Amino acid sequence: MEQRTEALLEIRDLSVSFRMYGHGLKQEDQQVISDLHLSVYPGEILAVAGSSGSGKSLLASAILGILPDNAAVRGYVSYQGEELTPEGQARLRGTEIALVPQSVSFLDPLMRTGAQAEGHRRPRPAERRRQLFRDLGLPDQTERLYPFQLSGGMARRVLVSTALLTDARLIIADEPTPGMSLEQALKALRIFREMADSGRAVILITHDIDLAVEIADRVAVFYAGTTVETAKASDFKAGPGALRHPYSQALWRALPQNEFQPIEGSQPDAGELPKGCLFAPRCPFRTAKCVAETPPVRQVRGGEVRCCYGA
Amino acid sequence: MALEAGNIFFRYEKKQPWILEDVTVRIDRGECLVVSGPSGCGKTTLAMLLAGYLRPERGQIQAEGFPLPAKGVCPVQLISQHPEKAVNPRWRLKRVLEESGGRMEEILETFGIRRRWLDRFPCELSGGELQRFCVARALMSGADYLICDEISTMMDAVTQAQIWNAVLREAKKRRMGILAVTHNRHLAERIATRQIALEK
Repeated sequence: MEQRTEALLEIRDLSVSFRMYGHGLKQEDQQVISDLHLSVYPGEILAVAGSSGSGKSLLASAILGILPDNAAVRGYVSYQGEELTPEGQARLRGTEIALVPQSVSFLDPLMRTGAQAEGHRRPRPAERRRQLFRDLGLPDQTERLYPFQLSGGMARRVLVSTALLTDARLIIADEPTPGMSLEQALKALRIFREMADSGRAVILITHDIDLAVEIADRVAVFYAGTTVETAKASDFKAGPGALRHPYSQALWRALPQNEFQPIEGSQPDAGELPKGCLFAPRCPFRTAKCVAETPPVRQVRGGEVRCCYGA
Repeated sequence: MALEAGNIFFRYEKKQPWILEDVTVRIDRGECLVVSGPSGCGKTTLAMLLAGYLRPERGQIQAEGFPLPAKGVCPVQLISQHPEKAVNPRWRLKRVLEESGGRMEEILETFGIRRRWLDRFPCELSGGELQRFCVARALMSGADYLICDEISTMMDAVTQAQIWNAVLREAKKRRMGILAVTHNRHLAERIATRQIALEK
């Protein structure tokens, strides 16, 4: 965390909006990601945690350049210090940047899982793939099964193996563990940990704060399509005093092992974002300034936070 | 006064192994029983049986000493793990709520349901928002027992705490019995008055 090498992936002021039809021919813009900041360094696991509908999966699509046609992207994304263009994204995805998709429906239903995980690489990495299946706790006969013959947890592990088989330097895992038992999830996460330790980088998208804190080096907290705070995982273990943003503190307090006390209200809708700080309507510390303007990203105690409070 | 499953056997097809074999559970009113167990051990199946969505092959399920009614509102209401599969995708949410009886304003308040969501279709809301409707719907029906099958796995911690605090508050007020399935052991410890583990 001290003397940092260059970021593998850096995102600055990224915004994504969708053009939708409202009533009749009226078009509306729904801003799903707003002014997002995020950097990932070689050798680390960065967890992206936040509520459902906060734009976590869209972030993965935006990095890979696989958003639908009605999406408009603004902002700066760089990979190894070079700005990522659509051509660059097309070249890097699947080789340099690998995705573990969120839905098990990303598997080809007509292809046996073994061949599917090996992909179109020649010669086939069959031996490595078999070892990987074993490491993930998949029985040997799994390679001959079709996706419909797998349980949810097994399908999830096959998806994980597809990304681990690449030599990608950045792996984006979108909710890789639901449906797995705790033991299987830890197995899969341990493999991610080993990959990070060997100098690659992993972005782990999850809504499970416990899991994120357990395995990641840093945690980026998402709220309504933006990162409100990026903190060391140990700050989450330390408690709300070590956290910087009122929403991260609220998340900590709401955990069942802590106070189990929620704050009121819910995340604003993409079409109806407040003008200033996105968290201001629910924030116990809001001031007139928060409501009026978007707070800048600040460095506080070794983390990043987008909030004026405590300045 | 209890919901009881006595020595129930269940399998999805003849010739297949039993998913639940000779299972007996009792949920008293006023208690929150948490069920845990490895994936595939039949937790969801048990939940569906108790709420009357499946019938046991042997054994019986009774609420307050009577079998579950075949018609009308069931006194045991199931809240599913997948709210998007539990609402009619072509109904506006107002209609989804009204199906379970009169609208109760204070319940909307309790679960943080915004007025403008009522005119939307299910696909326009997130999983956490939809689940609020499913919980509110179950409570408005005047149920005596709630079966909560992993109702908060798709939620962030704040929403999870909101929903569970509201459910527990309502349950206490009406002396309802709750059976909750969860993998989260911290949550289990927080909500349970009693815990059991299912085995494979």
